[in-house]
Amino acid sequence: MGKRSIVPYGPQHPVLPEPIHLDLVLEDEKVLAAIPSIGFIHRGLESLTSKKDFNEMVYVAERICGICSFMHGMGYCMALEEIMNVEVPRRADYLRTIWAEMSRLHSHLLWLGLLADGFGFESLFMHSWRLREKILDMFEASTGGRVIFSVNTIGGVLKDMPQDMLNDFVSQLNDMEKEIRETTSIFLNDYTVKSRLVDVGIISGEDAIRRGAVGPMMRASGINVDMRKNGYAAYNDLDFEVITSNKCDSYARCEVRIGEIFQSIEIIRQCVAKIPDTEINTKVTGMPNGESFIRVEQPRGEAFYHVRANGTKFLDRFRVRTPTFANIPALTQTLQGCQYGDVPLLVLTIDPCISCTER
Amino acid sequence: MGQILPFTKQVFKNLFSKPATTQYPFQPKEYPERTRGHIEIDKDQCILCGMCMRSCPPGAINVDRAGKTWTINRFDCIQCGYCAEKCPKKCLSIIPGYQEPGPEKFAYSVEVPYEPPKPAAKPAAPADAAKPAPAPTEQA
Repeated sequence: MGKRSIVPYGPQHPVLPEPIHLDLVLEDEKVLAAIPSIGFIHRGLESLTSKKDFNEMVYVAERICGICSFMHGMGYCMALEEIMNVEVPRRADYLRTIWAEMSRLHSHLLWLGLLADGFGFESLFMHSWRLREKILDMFEASTGGRVIFSVNTIGGVLKDMPQDMLNDFVSQLNDMEKEIRETTSIFLNDYTVKSRLVDVGIISGEDAIRRGAVGPMMRASGINVDMRKNGYAAYNDLDFEVITSNKCDSYARCEVRIGEIFQSIEIIRQCVAKIPDTEINTKVTGMPNGESFIRVEQPRGEAFYHVRANGTKFLDRFRVRTPTFANIPALTQTLQGCQYGDVPLLVLTIDPCISCTER
Repeated sequence: MGQILPFTKQVFKNLFSKPATTQYPFQPKEYPERTRGHIEIDKDQCILCGMCMRSCPPGAINVDRAGKTWTINRFDCIQCGYCAEKCPKKCLSIIPGYQEPGPEKFAYSVEVPYEPPKPAAKPAAPADAAKPAPAPTEQA
């Protein structure tokens, strides 16, 4: 039996663009336990509700995270729309769905790149990000922003996409699909990639439920959970199957996310085919009074919004539970018993977004 | 058999294709029409109402009615476009072209030639009162 030692991992680490700290209890090269600590970049966004009115908070909400920015804005607007009993025009729902799926696409491509970078496959990392760049260009052409889109408003969206733009996006995605398939087949078939992912960081479905995992982490353990199936925005009109895998390891998480990339492209195609020609927003008057709970499926998993309003322009509460926060207990489980060299990779497999977590 | 060295195909493709990046300073980046680069003001239309100042989430805009200036701190602006949306005269617009970086924050100020309608001119309709406003533009 080796000597136990504690190795600090993070907050600054080459695989982590954002700060999270783990205390790793090691016995030789084997990790016995990982104790996470967060709070390095807490920004206190909730306290801004006392200074910014509920309309301005849309722009604060979408700045929770740079990758899921659209869905944070959308989740917040949906919560306010529920409180104020606003019926969103159907076209706005479809446009939100298209942008949300484009967010999922670029987030998963970003994650694939980071994963490749994590196990040292630099050229694969570059290729994933090259593909992601095209999605960002599409975002810029449609919303005006590459990272922060500012198109959500309470009652709908601010910008419309003309039909020729939508058709152009679909044809671009059709071309990209082939390239993405080529690049992702390397993730799924390459020997070196497989040797780093297969049977690493196993978490069973039972453990995933017990630890409250969400999103691809949960689906890679064979649990069929997807908030999109609750039918918010336009998802109730669309035909898609939740992608799951029973392998429960890092390879399964990669497989699920790659499956979701193609699923997102398919959802965008369906949206463009079905999008109705209505208004894009409704005028909202009055002050919100009440409480609502909204759950949306972000690329990283389920995000939960609790908004409580008191009839004034300032909200009482705006609480967000982000997917990375929910996945940290599952991460500590996957780290138990792994090799020290696999720690960076396992931290990456939950697709950590620390800015989300700390808000 | 596709499993053997699946990256090889991509490697050969890379060798015989153009770089995915652009030669930036020599080949300038073209922004799409909708790009939210910076806020521009049409000073002749501005009525110094201050709606933009009150609605700006980061508080980057300052409207001085007495001094007749409209000031924006471009380093604080988050390009959300909320001011342009709230402006009653639609004199604010968000156009392509990003703010240049700089060693220190500075504010960009515009003198607005707006002349508020005189309260004495009561019999005239408000639309009538608003008309003479652009007149002093030439003097300013």
